Amino acid sequence: MSQPEPAAAPQSEPAAAPQPDAATAQPSAAPTHDVREFARRRPRPFALLGSELALVFRRRRTWAMLGALALVPILIAVAVRLTTGDDSGGPAFLGDITNNGLFVSFTALTVSIPLFLPLTVGVVAGDTVAGEASHGTIRYLLVAPTGRVRFILVKYAGAVAFCLAATLLIVLVGAAIGALLFPIGPVTLLSGTQVDGWSYAGRALLLALYVTLSMLGLSAIGLFASTLTTVPVGAMAATVVLAGASQVLDQLPQLDWLHPFLFSHQWLGFGDLLRDPIAFDSFGSNAVLQLGYVVVFGALAYSRFASKDILS
Amino acid sequence: MVDPAVPAAAADLAIRTTGLQKVFRKQRAVDGIDLAVPRGAVFGFLGPNGSGKTTTIRMLLGLSSATGGTIEVLGEPMPKALHDVLPQVGALVEGPAFYPYLSGRANLLRFDAADPTSDPRSRKARVANALDRVGLGHAADKKAHAYSLGMKQRLGLANALLSPRDLLVLDEPTNGLDPQGTREVRNLIRSLADDGTTVFVSSHLLAEIEQVCTHAGVMRTGKLVAQGTLEDLRSAGARTVTVRTPDLGQAGSVLTRLGLTPRQDGGADVLVADLPHEVLPETITAELVRADVRVRGLTVGGGTLEDLFVALTGEGFDVAA
Repeated sequence: MSQPEPAAAPQSEPAAAPQPDAATAQPSAAPTHDVREFARRRPRPFALLGSELALVFRRRRTWAMLGALALVPILIAVAVRLTTGDDSGGPAFLGDITNNGLFVSFTALTVSIPLFLPLTVGVVAGDTVAGEASHGTIRYLLVAPTGRVRFILVKYAGAVAFCLAATLLIVLVGAAIGALLFPIGPVTLLSGTQVDGWSYAGRALLLALYVTLSMLGLSAIGLFASTLTTVPVGAMAATVVLAGASQVLDQLPQLDWLHPFLFSHQWLGFGDLLRDPIAFDSFGSNAVLQLGYVVVFGALAYSRFASKDILS
Repeated sequence: MVDPAVPAAAADLAIRTTGLQKVFRKQRAVDGIDLAVPRGAVFGFLGPNGSGKTTTIRMLLGLSSATGGTIEVLGEPMPKALHDVLPQVGALVEGPAFYPYLSGRANLLRFDAADPTSDPRSRKARVANALDRVGLGHAADKKAHAYSLGMKQRLGLANALLSPRDLLVLDEPTNGLDPQGTREVRNLIRSLADDGTTVFVSSHLLAEIEQVCTHAGVMRTGKLVAQGTLEDLRSAGARTVTVRTPDLGQAGSVLTRLGLTPRQDGGADVLVADLPHEVLPETITAELVRADVRVRGLTVGGGTLEDLFVALTGEGFDVAA
């Protein structure tokens, strides 16, 4: 077929394809097949991971949720500062804040763990696959081609990165606002010994890691829920509801036998990190528990997604 | 009707399917098709809405699994060799899709990063090049949700052109484009084909791609009802000759002598007959004149791709159930 249309000549100018030798003349604009062969020999498995992190942290929604989480330590510190002297009741560590600003981070995490944190993690984890499906971008990622295993791993890594960012943010904002509003000094740990601020900072980071670890199971559940639907809100809601349900079940004494297997069972078990010497028992058992959930729901997500027809 | 089985050496085929089948619950969306798309061809994949075109394309690209049959793309089995094949394939599947909160450029950067074989050093340049090529250079940094339908379609095409490709699979690339944009897409396809890229382009509008295709296949309710070069398809279309004359009897016997089967149709002075390819219209006129038939008019109808398309797929809006 070579019947040029009347306007073919001017039209084809912007659309002109680089000729093979023109491509060699401008290697940066149009890589030759040699470059592609070279690239093919050196696959870059982490290119998409960088892109995924940029995608998560460039979204306005991510920043809105992180902003809301950062408000938790700020509100706690301000409220306690304004009502100094009345240290009755409230969550654990609340009374200690007035003695030492470094406790703000702990209190804020304790307050965030039952609801705010699972809520935001549920939004990010529930959006992983379903969000891509609802936009239709999933098909372009898969034909790029991103292998399905790599796709799931990268999306999960993005959700985990959000968990880490969220907990670190609460700890850091808590430390900052605590230092601003309250005296800073050697911290008395739960076991009675005193440690200096730097040692405490190390423990605060461990605490952030512990809470991130606690969210891995929930993130895996969200990932699996996300492979079941093309409606992200559905997967988000399911994940958050499960987080709530798990905590409710954990409160029922009749279900004692079930408690050790609930993914939320050790969410608040970070008190060990405030003893001297640090007891890593709960860290270890929580890691085993969360890993179990990651393996089970990761496998479910994979089996669901690996053979799924992408029809969206 | 054209024999759907086009003989060609497997190595010369960019796409080859045998007995390709996709069954959704009860419905046979794709019902045993044998596609043969030669390398270097611009293959028009035609058919009404719901005839199984997009389902076929999804299977070609490994997005969904075939219920039966085999697929070879660029000489490799799919989806087994997916990771080797797809980097050489650019695709626009079932409309463009983007992250609405990212700019056009950022969208393409992400899709390019998803290809593990693409070179990050040339990524920015290739993305800019692809955007310029579809005329989106000026809007590259606008958020994708602010794009018009036509701009999204162009961005989708740019995504297919991020790397030099051996095969382009374009599903309804002219959807949502104005006539000017449609013509630009045709020119783009033509220039890509000139570079040796095989282009597999689907459309429910024959007229939009007829001018650029070298080959075509026609789908109807999940079956490939015709396939071949455009010339083959054109000559397969049934032609008719219509003679208007007051001397119906004489004219009828002349036509019968030429091997036609005339029937009276559409008026007191009208004879219509199917026209085989070995009978030339000029032979008929000469014979009619020789027999002293007074001819008011003689027309040859059919024989266009459009006629074949309509004959094969049916007219009107009956979407395959």
